[in-house]
Amino acid sequence: MTRLLSAAWDWFDARMPSVAEEWRKHAAEYYAPKNFNFWYYFGALALFVLVIQIVSGIFLTMNYKPDAALAFGSVEYIMRDVPGGWAIRYIHSTGASAFFVIVYLHMFRGLLYGSYRRPRELVWIFGVLIYLTLMAEAFFGYLLPWGQMSYWGAQVIVNLFGTIPFIGPDLALWIRGDYVVGDATLNRFFALHVIAIPLVLLGLIAAHILALHDVGSNNPDGIEIKKKKGPDGHPLDGIPFHPYYTVKDLVGAVVFLMIFCAIMFFVPEMGGYFLEYNNFIPADPLKTPPHIAPVWYFTPYYSILRAVPPVSVDFLGIPPTQFPGVLAMGIATLILFFLPWLDRGAAKSIRYRGPIYKWALAGFVVTFVVLGYLGTETVTVWGQFGPWLGNADVATVVARVFTVLYFAFFFLMPWYTRIDKCKPEPERTT
Amino acid sequence: MDKTRRNLIVASSVLGGAASVGVAVPFAWSMWPSERAKAAGAPVEADISAIAPGEMQVVEWRGKPVWILRRTTEMLDSVKKAEPLVTDPASKDSVQPAYAKNDVRAAKPEYLVLIGICSHLGCSPQFKGAEAKAEMGADWQGGFLCPCHGSKFDLAGRVYKGAPAPINLEVPEYTYLSDTRLLIGEDKKGA
Repeated sequence: MTRLLSAAWDWFDARMPSVAEEWRKHAAEYYAPKNFNFWYYFGALALFVLVIQIVSGIFLTMNYKPDAALAFGSVEYIMRDVPGGWAIRYIHSTGASAFFVIVYLHMFRGLLYGSYRRPRELVWIFGVLIYLTLMAEAFFGYLLPWGQMSYWGAQVIVNLFGTIPFIGPDLALWIRGDYVVGDATLNRFFALHVIAIPLVLLGLIAAHILALHDVGSNNPDGIEIKKKKGPDGHPLDGIPFHPYYTVKDLVGAVVFLMIFCAIMFFVPEMGGYFLEYNNFIPADPLKTPPHIAPVWYFTPYYSILRAVPPVSVDFLGIPPTQFPGVLAMGIATLILFFLPWLDRGAAKSIRYRGPIYKWALAGFVVTFVVLGYLGTETVTVWGQFGPWLGNADVATVVARVFTVLYFAFFFLMPWYTRIDKCKPEPERTT
Repeated sequence: MDKTRRNLIVASSVLGGAASVGVAVPFAWSMWPSERAKAAGAPVEADISAIAPGEMQVVEWRGKPVWILRRTTEMLDSVKKAEPLVTDPASKDSVQPAYAKNDVRAAKPEYLVLIGICSHLGCSPQFKGAEAKAEMGADWQGGFLCPCHGSKFDLAGRVYKGAPAPINLEVPEYTYLSDTRLLIGEDKKGA
């Protein structure tokens, strides 16, 4: 039997040697730093969740109907009548939130260890593109259940494009394909969600991994292991990705699945954060629910949008517009692209950075969480200040302060990373 | 270097590029509202005889809610009282037909016709009567509150100061076909 298998492999290998070659290049002989820690689970986990989403998504499309009259009912049909349909749907909805948890942790790892710094700028840029594409994927997917939150969430987000000067209203009309969010919108969002955006996502992920494997992985010490090579030409501090990290990531996948299953079976709605209550009511174009909020992974940016007041440019004859808020939200995401050039620190890793960056990063995490929380609540959640502050909503004022802090982290980075007193980086990994 | 060959390559690339842009046009064009969607945007007729004073009727036009509010004398007084509280009392910056560009934003003051979509990001505001002072503040004169981002509007659809909504609610084109029949979406008779 073994002889037969090995003969079959030899036959295959002689005709298509590139399979074995790619395996060696990307796994068996891809030398990764030996000092990977907890934070290095999330790249592999993201790939794992992608597979979960694609597989569960394929099975959902077998019963889902992208039609404004049928969509909501078909989701309930999947939940109640399709054998195991509830599990597939909850896998997909929990997977969506899990994807963002993992991607946020993966990005935070980059901030911790300076993984976006030279020579990995392209890896980072592809990563940011993946993040933006993933947001589009999540947004298009959220309309499909055709609940109240789907409908009004899409209405608000599409109208964000409508605030762009001059072309905005036509652009929003073109995106919707109707004068309001309707059947045409649902149908095209379905097409984008199940095929167009996933294809883009796969291409970007391939580019992300290829770019990474060309320059090699960063590590918690933020030093280049390729500078110290052994007589065999492999980095002294590197170990082959397979079997060392495939085994490590397998452990990570098992632990992840334990958490994932606990959520999916016991709290799939996650108290309204993963699946919002209002989305269990069919979309009603004539009635907005009393409180609408995006899903949790969009809320930091949503807070920034709400924090910026509308502005009018009287001398240009431009009536008051919400566009500055939309612009702020856009800049808040696009600024990530410039991170490799904003950071002027002498050391890459937080381990050898000075206190300023450590505080700045800690402050940024707090900022992101506070903005995220405020985005899930109404602006009146913390009441109003007294007349001495013009009865302003406390939450709005807090959101404004943290919006400024969010941008300060990036815009002041060239300055504070340069004056920060870094410790010397080690020669070898520790 | 063979210039002829290079020019040929440049020329064919340019033409090929132009052709691909040309091919993209029908795809991009297919995303505009279809003929059917445009036809569904035709005007709708509403019977307003059954609206009691102070009551509101909602009709759907182009998939949007259109409010027809029959205002009482007190409601019309409140519009006057709200004047210092709103951003644009004269409706300079807002969208309305000429016959609704007045103090009460209506062709007949009694009937207010508005598109019930917030000028901020498209949610549908809710009616809050003058009695909702506890929730809306002591100077509340009655009007509408947008649940999404808290914009307030008076009983003529004019936005309160300090709200995220930039302009007043939109007034659609409309015509009285008779005293009790209202045509929404067109201001010519006989449609």
